[in-house]
Amino acid sequence: MKSATTAPGDVTSFSLGLALPLGLAFAIFFVLPLAQLVYLSLHNDTAATVWGLGQYVKFLTDPFSLAVLGSTLLLGAEVTLTCLVLGYPIAWLYQRSGSRVQTLIIMIVLLPLLTSVVVRTFAWIVILGRQGIINSVLQSLGLIGTPLRMIYTQGGLIAALAQVQMPLMVLPLITAIGRIDPNLSDASASLGAGSWRTFVKVMLPLSMPGIIAGCTLTYAAAITAFITQSLVGGGQMLFMPMYLYQQASTLQNWPFAAAISIIFLFAVLAIVALFSTLGRRARGYGDAR
Amino acid sequence: MASVSDAKSLVLDRITHRFASGTMAVSDINLDVKGGEIIALLGPSGCGKTTLLRIIAGFIGQSEGRVIIGNDVVDALPPNRRAVGIVFQNYALFPHLSISENVGYGLAARGVDKATRAKEAQRLLDMVQLGQFGERLPRQLSGGQQQRVALARALAIKPSILLLDEPFAALDKNLRLDMQIEVKRLQRMAGTTTLIVTHDQEEALSMADRVAVLSHGHLEQFGTPSEIYDEPQTLFVNTFVGTANRMKGTVLASDASGVKVALEAGGEIIARAPTPVSASDKVTVCLRPEHLTFVGDDTGFAGEIGMALPLGATVVHEIRAKDGSSIKISQARTGGTPLREAGAAVRVAPLAPGLATVFPQ
Ligand SMILES: Nc1ncnc2c1ncn2[C@@H]1O[C@H](COP(=O)(O)OP(=O)(O)O)[C@@H](O)[C@H]1O
Ligand SMILES: [Mg+2]
Repeated sequence: MKSATTAPGDVTSFSLGLALPLGLAFAIFFVLPLAQLVYLSLHNDTAATVWGLGQYVKFLTDPFSLAVLGSTLLLGAEVTLTCLVLGYPIAWLYQRSGSRVQTLIIMIVLLPLLTSVVVRTFAWIVILGRQGIINSVLQSLGLIGTPLRMIYTQGGLIAALAQVQMPLMVLPLITAIGRIDPNLSDASASLGAGSWRTFVKVMLPLSMPGIIAGCTLTYAAAITAFITQSLVGGGQMLFMPMYLYQQASTLQNWPFAAAISIIFLFAVLAIVALFSTLGRRARGYGDAR
Repeated sequence: MASVSDAKSLVLDRITHRFASGTMAVSDINLDVKGGEIIALLGPSGCGKTTLLRIIAGFIGQSEGRVIIGNDVVDALPPNRRAVGIVFQNYALFPHLSISENVGYGLAARGVDKATRAKEAQRLLDMVQLGQFGERLPRQLSGGQQQRVALARALAIKPSILLLDEPFAALDKNLRLDMQIEVKRLQRMAGTTTLIVTHDQEEALSMADRVAVLSHGHLEQFGTPSEIYDEPQTLFVNTFVGTANRMKGTVLASDASGVKVALEAGGEIIARAPTPVSASDKVTVCLRPEHLTFVGDDTGFAGEIGMALPLGATVVHEIRAKDGSSIKISQARTGGTPLREAGAAVRVAPLAPGLATVFPQ
């Protein structure tokens, strides 16, 4: 790195040139549509002829719209928490297992990524449905009389989303926990700390980079999971992606849909920024060597 | 400051450990360490030193045998209840905690309040001459400094036994010597019974009151540095500690005063035999280079100079004996020590009878 000034051929400008094709694609397929979205959202009428902040005012003063935003952000938090609570022990187990069990764990964790989202979601409908696996087992065991309502409930949706997003949580956690020097927990024990204290004071803070990366990914994926949200959540629950879709596709209200997108985008960015601030603060723990 | 008299003793009673993979890492180790002693566990890499240390600390449950600290058998105690301080080879400081918090960690686990903890951490950091570094993070310190923090952290819990796993291996030579002196000073001050693992014989001989030499999981010899160096009990100890020339020979006669051996290279020498040998046994004779000298008479054995190596304070001559074996002889360099020409015929003999040692083949 230091010798770059004297090196033949400037490496820096070279690699910038190589980044050009991707940069162009990014500009054409991402920045332009986004600009168009912003442009659209700044019109007060459906035909997008009158300039104004009307759509934003409409969203931010409408209790219904705000409730949809709130429940979407809440859903993300619930799914993220579920993934963290279930995923941490899996990642922990992975680091303590032999190589065969490790392969098995990775297979099981990655499996959801290898099937189509639609297939996975229908599987959950089969499992959670009125005539689904859980209900028929419980009924045939005589434990319940009438089928439990699991599908089209918040709980069912969280379960389905958590399963689908689990790899996004577990993989960063495995990496982070694997980077922790195993001598540290031994050192903690030899200094008199019990296993709970060792976990809270050493392992948990040192796995923070993985926790934050996992939470960011899971959160972003959960709140934007249009298919799972609409199929498992059903018609009664409305979340931002579906709300947006209805406005644009069914009601043909493009400016309002655009405003919803921008607001949603900023809400998500705010949360990601929060996570990454936490991440930066925790980065000091990262080089746990 | 604990006085030396209340330091705990450590007894390893027939310790054997087999890993699940089938590796027999240590086998039938008996050690009896007195309170306040510094013991070095010396052996080549892979001989089971770390395993033994981890058994004493309680991280590994041995397959057989007992660990006794003071008057208590501690086998049933988990590591956090053994009060054994350990300094890891890579120091294993908590990277997210300040130096002061690292040192105070053990006290926090014992429920000591924050103010007392900080004061005690400061006292220990002053002791290892790092008083002004309490607020830093471990990665902001150099290797030698981190090592001293690790030592302070282990001493903070007033351990009954202090274990150090290859503590100086990662340090460069000058720093290593400083740290060896420092550790010895601190150990004297605290009076803690201490086990130092090392594969460096000089370190073991210079630091320890007694040295335990391990090979392939077996205890080869346990004794003072001079016993280990001057009266090695096994061929392994003789060759691993210090350097030794090995020659083949046959026992002519054996009595209480020593063993008379006919060398295959020609000539006869009188040697010491730690394990009994009898006449006509084939033996290996070990001769340390510094115990050999050139002679003008017909004692010892003949050979010719292969090479002369002036190594500063000593001069080493490599000699080819009649049977083809290569023998090194080292002499202190005084003004008149001549370097001998290659090819010159010489005779070499031990400085005194009994400096050679024989082991059955
Ligand atoms: N966790 C383990 N599982 C299986 N074998 C091990 C384990 N740890 C060490 N060993 C084996 O036990 C022997 C002794 O190892 P160790 O105590 O680390 O040696 P040293 O510290 O003297 O270099 C070696 O052969 C090593 O391969
Ligand atoms: Mg080792």
